[in-house]
Amino acid sequence: MAELTPKERMAIPRHKMPEQDPNERIKNFLEVNLGYDEETARREAERCLQCKKPACVAGCPVSVKIPDFIKMIAEGKYKEAASILKEDNALPAVCGRVCPQEEQCEKVCILAKKGQPVAIGYLERWAADWERRTIGLQIAETKPKTGKKVAIVGGGPAGLSCAGDLIQMGHDVTVFEALHEIGGVLIYGIPEFRLPKEIVRAEVDGLKKLGVKFVTNYIIGLTETVDELLQRFDAVFLGVGAGLPYFLGVPGEHLNGVYSSNEFLTRVNLMRAYEFPNADTPIFNIKGKTVVVFGGGNTAMDAVRTSLRLGAKRAIICYRRTEAEMPARVEEVHHAKEEGVEFMLLYAPVELRGDEIGNLREMVVQKMQLGEPDASGRRRPVPIPGAIETIPVDVAVVAIGNGSNPIISSTTPDLKVNKWGNILVDENTMKTNKKGVFAGGDIVTGGATVILAMGAGRKAAAAIDEYLKNPDIW
Amino acid sequence: MNKIVEARFLAPEVKLFRIEAPKIAEKRKAGQFIILRVHEKGERIPITIADSNPADGTITIIVQGVGKTTRLLNTLNAGDSILDVVGPLGKPSHIEHFGTAVSIGGGVGTAIAYPTAKALKDAGNYVISIIGGRSKDYVILENEMKQIADEVYPTTDDGSYGFHGFVTDKLQQLIDEGRIIDFVLAIGPIPMMEAVAKVTKPHNIKTVVSLNPIMVDGTGMCGGCRVVVDGKAVFACVDGPEFDAHAVDFEILKQRNRVYRNEEQISLHELECNYDKMFNEELKKQKEQ
Repeated sequence: MAELTPKERMAIPRHKMPEQDPNERIKNFLEVNLGYDEETARREAERCLQCKKPACVAGCPVSVKIPDFIKMIAEGKYKEAASILKEDNALPAVCGRVCPQEEQCEKVCILAKKGQPVAIGYLERWAADWERRTIGLQIAETKPKTGKKVAIVGGGPAGLSCAGDLIQMGHDVTVFEALHEIGGVLIYGIPEFRLPKEIVRAEVDGLKKLGVKFVTNYIIGLTETVDELLQRFDAVFLGVGAGLPYFLGVPGEHLNGVYSSNEFLTRVNLMRAYEFPNADTPIFNIKGKTVVVFGGGNTAMDAVRTSLRLGAKRAIICYRRTEAEMPARVEEVHHAKEEGVEFMLLYAPVELRGDEIGNLREMVVQKMQLGEPDASGRRRPVPIPGAIETIPVDVAVVAIGNGSNPIISSTTPDLKVNKWGNILVDENTMKTNKKGVFAGGDIVTGGATVILAMGAGRKAAAAIDEYLKNPDIW
Repeated sequence: MNKIVEARFLAPEVKLFRIEAPKIAEKRKAGQFIILRVHEKGERIPITIADSNPADGTITIIVQGVGKTTRLLNTLNAGDSILDVVGPLGKPSHIEHFGTAVSIGGGVGTAIAYPTAKALKDAGNYVISIIGGRSKDYVILENEMKQIADEVYPTTDDGSYGFHGFVTDKLQQLIDEGRIIDFVLAIGPIPMMEAVAKVTKPHNIKTVVSLNPIMVDGTGMCGGCRVVVDGKAVFACVDGPEFDAHAVDFEILKQRNRVYRNEEQISLHELECNYDKMFNEELKKQKEQ
C-alpha cells in the first residue's frame, strides 16, 4: 500500500467508538464502549500526521510516545505498538478507557484545529487489548538488578505507575495495599461498565510478572509505620489517595439511604453488592426507586449510572452550577444522558427529610443562578431567594469530593502536610520533607484523575531512581 | 490467609478464635479492631481484638453469631483459615489513671471491654468489672476478668447467675452505695450503652462507649460508619471506635444500624437453606490450602 499523503490522511473522518445500545446497557454491568475492530483501528491510525514536534506527547501526563505507537498500529505491527505504550505507561488498557484525552493529548492534536483529533485514547485501548487478548501481556525488559528496595504505599494508579517504572529500572519493589484487592480507585471506584475489573487484574498481573511484589490487607501507618518501612526499604513512595469523603453538611444527611459516593461505589464494585444475596454485602434496594446524586464530576456520573443498572426508576444528577462547569468528562455526561439520567442543574441541596423509621424520603433543593467568578475562575452559584423545591427521593449519593485521609499523617508526625492534610512535596521530584520518602497522587493534589496520579508516580519513580544512586543528596 | 490456631465456644453462639496475625499482634493496643472477610464473596466486618500475644504472633477475637458472616465464621475451627484479616484499626483506648474505673460488658461486649479493663488496671486504676448476660450461659470471661479486676460482678437478666438484673442496675447500686466512681467504660448492645450513659450523666462520671456502626473499608474511605458525636459527624473507624457516651447521638446510631435489616434476614435465610451448596466447596478449598 502506498504511503498516504497528509491530505489523504486528513480526509479520513474520525471513527466512532462502537457502544452497547443505551436501552440494553442500563440492564447490565458490561462495558459500554466495545472497542474498535482491527480494520477500524488501522484506518483510525492512518489519520495521524506523524508530526515532527508532536504536541500530543507534551499533552500526556506520562509522555507516551503517541505518534510512534500509532504508526505501529497503522503498519500492522501491533506487538510493537503495545510495547511502545508500556515503555511510558504501566496501565495502557486502563488509561485508554478512563483518561480525559479530550483535555490532554487529543486537545492539542493538530487535527483538532481543523476538525476531529485522532482518537488516541481509543487506539491506546485497542493496542493494549489486542496484546492482552491475542498474544498475552508481554514482559518488558528490565535493567539489571540494583539490589535497592522500594516500598510503595497504596495500590492505586499513582503507586502502580511508580512500581512499573521502578521495577524496569532494576529495583526491588513491594506494593502495600490496605484493601483486599490491588487497584485502588480502579477497583473500588470506577464501575465495571466503564472499566472491567478483569482489565485491572490483568495489568496488575503484568506488574507481578515483572517482579513487583504485592501485599494486600496491610495498612501503612497502622500495620507498620512509615518509619519502620524506612528501616527495611531504601525509599518509600506514598500514593495513598485522598480517601476521606466530604459530606454536604445539610440536615438529614445521616438518614438511611444517604451514601458517600465512595461507599456506594465500593459496595457495588469491590464488594459486588449487585450480586446480593449471592455476594454478602448489601446495598439499599434501589429497584423502582428514585436516586439523586449530588455532584458533577466523573464519580457522580459513575454513581448515577450505577444506580440505573441497579434498577432505579429515576436517576438524577443534582449540580449547583451548569453543565459547562461540570468537571466530568464530556463522554460520561453524554453516556449518562443517553441512558436517561435527568440533570437538575443550578440546584443545591439544603435539606434531606426522612420517614418515621429514618429512611430518606425527600430532598429540599435551592434553585441557584450564576454570579461573579470565584477563586477557581468558575462563576459562583448564588441562591435565588425563595426558589425552594421539594422532590421525593429514596436514595442520595454525595459525590462532592474527598479530603485527605489522616492515617499516614497522624502516624508520621514529622511528615509535613498543609492545612487540608495534603502531603507537601517538591513539584519536580515529589520529595517530601522526610528523607527517603516521596509522595504523589491525590494525597498530594487532592482529588484529581487517574492519569495525573500516574504522572506523579512516574515523576517520583525517576526521582527515586536518582536518589538511590546518590542517597546522600536530599 | 490467616490460620486459626484455636477455636472454642464460650457461650451459645459465642466463639473464641486465636488467629495467626503476627504484625497485628505486635502493633495492636487495647480498643483497636480488625476487619475480616470469610470468603471470596464475603462482607468485610469489624471485630474488636480481645487479646494478643506478640510472642507467638496471634490475636484473639470473640465472635457472636448473629448475621450471616459471623455465623459462617463460627463454623470454622482450628486449622482453618480466614481469608482476609486487616488491622489494627481505629484509635487505641484512652488509658490513664482515673482512680476507680468500672468496666461494663454486655454479652459479647465483655470481650471488647476486657483488653481495655486490663489496660486500665495496668495504669494503676482500681477496676470493677460488671459482666452482663441474658442468663448464666451468656456470662463470658468471668475468670479472665477475675485475673485483672479488683471486683467482678456477673449479672443476669433472669437471675440464673450472679446479680439479678441489668448491668445498669448493678451500676446504680454501686453509685447508691456511695462508691466513688471516676470512670466508666461500657461496651455492649446499643440500648445497654445508652442506658449506662443515662445512669452516669447525672453524676458527671466520665463514660466511654465503643461503637459498632456498619463499616466497609475501616480506613476512613467510605464514611458509612459515620456517627454523630457532640452534634458533629465523625467516622467510628478513624476517629473512634471509642467516644464520650454523653456526647453520642444514640438515636442516629440505632437508625443507621437498622438500614440493612431486610437484607440481613435474606442473607440469614440463604445461609440456612443453602449452606452446603454455597460454602462447603469454598471452605473446603480454603481448608486444603
